Amino acid sequence: MFLKEYLSDVVNGVSSLLKGMRKTGYYFTHPKEIITEQYPDNRATLLLSERFKGEVVMPHDANNEHTCTGCTACELACPNGTIKVVTKFEVSPEGKKKKAIDALVYRLELCTMCNLCIVACPSDAIKMAPNFEHSVFDRTKLTKVLNQPGSKIREGIE
Amino acid sequence: MFSLEGITTNVQDWLFMKFNPTIALAMECVIVILLSISLFAILGLVLVLMERKVAAHIQIRLGPNRVGPGGMFQTVADTLKLIMKEGLVPELADKFLFNLAPFVVMMVGMLLLAPIAFAKNFQIWDINIGVLYISAVSSLSVIGILMAGWASNNKYSLLGAMRSGAQIVSYELSAGFAVLTIVVLTGSLQLSEIVKAQENGWWIFKGHIPALIAFVLYIIAVTAETNRAPFDLAEAESELTAGFHTEYSGMRFALFFLAEYINIFIVCAIGATLFFGGWMPLHIGNWEAFNHIMDYIPSSVWFMGKTFALIFLIMWFRWTFPRLRVDQLLNLEWKYLLPISLFNLLLVAVIAILGWHF
Repeated sequence: MFLKEYLSDVVNGVSSLLKGMRKTGYYFTHPKEIITEQYPDNRATLLLSERFKGEVVMPHDANNEHTCTGCTACELACPNGTIKVVTKFEVSPEGKKKKAIDALVYRLELCTMCNLCIVACPSDAIKMAPNFEHSVFDRTKLTKVLNQPGSKIREGIE
Repeated sequence: MFSLEGITTNVQDWLFMKFNPTIALAMECVIVILLSISLFAILGLVLVLMERKVAAHIQIRLGPNRVGPGGMFQTVADTLKLIMKEGLVPELADKFLFNLAPFVVMMVGMLLLAPIAFAKNFQIWDINIGVLYISAVSSLSVIGILMAGWASNNKYSLLGAMRSGAQIVSYELSAGFAVLTIVVLTGSLQLSEIVKAQENGWWIFKGHIPALIAFVLYIIAVTAETNRAPFDLAEAESELTAGFHTEYSGMRFALFFLAEYINIFIVCAIGATLFFGGWMPLHIGNWEAFNHIMDYIPSSVWFMGKTFALIFLIMWFRWTFPRLRVDQLLNLEWKYLLPISLFNLLLVAVIAILGWHF
């Protein structure tokens, strides 16, 4: 009985080791599995993960419209004061006053890419972009205004 | 056909013709020393590069690929860097032993080169107790490691050296038993005799299952003896910074590093000699035509091919298996490897006496 257990121990151990060697042997003999990105050389064909968080951007559509209502939820959610929402009042043709953003100021040098602002946004106006080449010689260039000049809120977004 | 045997005999004849025997012998010694040192240097560069490339490909990476074509000169650049670095000696270290230790470790490697048959009749010293010599000398390397650990005056170094001592002393046993199985089958301790006995087939095929078991035990034991992962407890980066060579830097560190790779080469060369016929081409029984074709491949190519195949196997182990704890390490040796190898030796003795092998 003892001998049986002992031998099955040995067999189990050896077979599990062989399983591991099969996996690594497969990787060794299949160079197409290699996932290394030779970064500065392959800038054009760089493959980044979908979830890569490089900076906060505000997508605009073809009519230069965004979906930001200026609710300041992102500003409140930000743990280190990266985002500052500057609001203004737009007067519609009917004479109604409506709150809108003047500028969504984003300070990249303070951002930790924690994603809390994107989660907080009720209208999906901002998202994380996979850009990572952020180095500049002047740190004022890191303070960005996310909404494009002349852009306005899309119709129907409240 | 190209053969190293012709070159050595020519050189010897020429030397003995030109000079008197004493000077000729001295010159031969110098030639052998130069050849073995250059072999060490080249092996160090090639094996480190090979290790990094194998590791990278197993881990789905590319590995060194910037210095020279395909990263070929990466290790040359690394060696140049190490040569130019400052060799620091800790203030409270035992200076003499501290400086001596890397050379002891290297010297063991050099001594082990002597009985290895690199090609047909190409051997530094065909001693008639070759296998005994190898197992005796290879256990001396633990002295160098203990010396380094003790002289560094550092707790990590000392712990690493002590672990290394325990490990080498225990795994020497099963390595010795694995080697003995082949000695039992051959009936000789001389390496050239062992190679000659494999003329009609390598022992790993001729010796049935016991030879296979002995080979597996040998590979496990020598992986432990050379202090390589998964048995790298002597170095143990995560616990002991770098074990016995924590305090070494510059060229002294390079010597330890080199010695590790030289030891791998040597144990693999011995494994190839014992189980895969050394320089003997692949011969199958009485297939005359097949055997003749195989003879056309030079014997040195056979030897190097087998040795590097085994080195690749050991590297494959290193980058696949998880590390062991100290108690698991000793359990593996004393509870598994040693009983199995004792039983295996008994089995081989029965087979050899009854003549059941081919």
